[in-house]
Amino acid sequence: MSKYIFYPGCSMESSAKAYMESLNTILEPLDLNLEEIEDWNCCGATEYLGLNLIPAYSLIARNLALAAKQMDGTKTVVAPCSACYLNLAKADHYMAERPALGDKVNEALAAGGLHYTPGTLDVRHLIDVLVYDVGLEKIRSKVVRPLHGLKVAPYMGCMLPRPDYQHRWSDHERPTELDDLLRALGADVIDYPLTTECCGGHMTQISPETAFELIRRLVADADERDAHLMVTVCPMCQMNVDAYQNEMNHFFGTDYHMPILFFTQLMGLAFGKQPEELGIGVEMVSSRNALADIGVEVPVTQDPSAPRKKDEGLPMPRRWTKHEGKEVVK
Amino acid sequence: MPQMTDERVRAGFARQEDLSLLHEVSMKTAGVSRLEMCIQCGTCGGSCPSAADMDHTPRMLFAMLRAGIREEVLRSNTPWMCVACYHCVVRCPQEVHIADIMYTLKGMAIKEKLFVDSTAPDFSQTFVEMVETYGRSFEMGLASRHYLKHFPMRLPGMMPMGLGMLTKGRMAMTPNKIKNIDQLHNILERAKTLEMTS
Ligand code: SF4
Ligand code: SF4
Repeated sequence: MSKYIFYPGCSMESSAKAYMESLNTILEPLDLNLEEIEDWNCCGATEYLGLNLIPAYSLIARNLALAAKQMDGTKTVVAPCSACYLNLAKADHYMAERPALGDKVNEALAAGGLHYTPGTLDVRHLIDVLVYDVGLEKIRSKVVRPLHGLKVAPYMGCMLPRPDYQHRWSDHERPTELDDLLRALGADVIDYPLTTECCGGHMTQISPETAFELIRRLVADADERDAHLMVTVCPMCQMNVDAYQNEMNHFFGTDYHMPILFFTQLMGLAFGKQPEELGIGVEMVSSRNALADIGVEVPVTQDPSAPRKKDEGLPMPRRWTKHEGKEVVK
Repeated sequence: MPQMTDERVRAGFARQEDLSLLHEVSMKTAGVSRLEMCIQCGTCGGSCPSAADMDHTPRMLFAMLRAGIREEVLRSNTPWMCVACYHCVVRCPQEVHIADIMYTLKGMAIKEKLFVDSTAPDFSQTFVEMVETYGRSFEMGLASRHYLKHFPMRLPGMMPMGLGMLTKGRMAMTPNKIKNIDQLHNILERAKTLEMTS
């Protein structure tokens, strides 16, 4: 049993519940023990860093300080979210690179009776641990239902392989870790050059036109390459591509239907788990048809986002240009 | 760079180089920014997925920083359009910490109330308020507050999505709160009194 300190991050409890549920099913087969950081707090996502430097880094560092108290036998902190991973790694790295920052952050932490010495922990993403510690051999050995015939677009996202302070990834722009893992599950991995392009991040909230174009590129490219679905390693990427796909379609007048699942959900499937245990079916863009192609039956969940039966009815605003200022191309 | 002679400055052909803005931004950035190492090659703008929506490419912005034109820099939408994808960062031949510099510029623009569009600063502010109150982020509270204020016209289109997220258990109605919230408050209160001075 290999033990790791675990930083789940806020979305694992809500929008990315499916990620957490599916992760829980693969721990035992892979002999993994994730010990959650006691009373961890939000990492600030991409918001706090742009507001106020020392508080932003102190917020992140409280988690590192708490994690360091739980070291007992391991110094690796695992985060399943790319944004959380980057924030934790960033704080650890910059507190060392710029001792003045480390001092200030520790001055703040002291107000809460905490301290963190940069370099104490290794901050790693879940997929890094699965590919490099657990290993593809072991993962392959647990596959009882190979995903043969499932064409998947491996979407790594941007914040995971970059900026890569500790040189953990095979490449910054075309890393192969996710491809390799999905291949070990028997999936048919398509060539997906956009694998580390951005999903729009928080732009869905502040500049939707910018975000929609980024989402459109990702989805359109996966679609053109005949992917059944996209596979992600990050709650934020999943949320943007999944929950905003409908609005993106509306915006461009397109009708893409590209489901996006977490890699742990596919691991669970390949390990013989049932879709219900893996949170499959709670995605907004249903993976039902895609999985039916390989004989996996996804239970029907009520889907209020399904298109309305009648086309008449109240007209819905297609765009919101006037009110939000920016001109949008028709 | 050759030293400008006093005569040229006096004659009005050139001005004394004032790098105070460049140094200020560099100092306020988390790590060692390497901002002063920029060679204006333009790789950053060429790698940037948001460049089309930016007032200035990162390269231009850094030239403006060096030129010391503070207000133009802080009014630029460039840092707000940066999605922090780190493409430019891994390609920059000078290893300038471009994305972190963008964060610094956002913080400075907010402090000096120079950025005109309030959507992005408000979103960050609302997010941070939730985190400071609960210790965790709270998507539901965040989204509803933000959309009502900035994108009321998007709400009708968003309702089915929000409803779907709720019925599928992907959005909580109530926030989670950490146990030792007092400790977090104390840390953040102290942190807010601190600034990078060297
Ligand atoms: S890529 Fe780096 S060196 Fe080139 S212009 Fe951008 S910041 Fe300057
Ligand atoms: S990190 Fe920001 S500036 Fe750099 S390429 Fe990405 S969006 Fe552009």
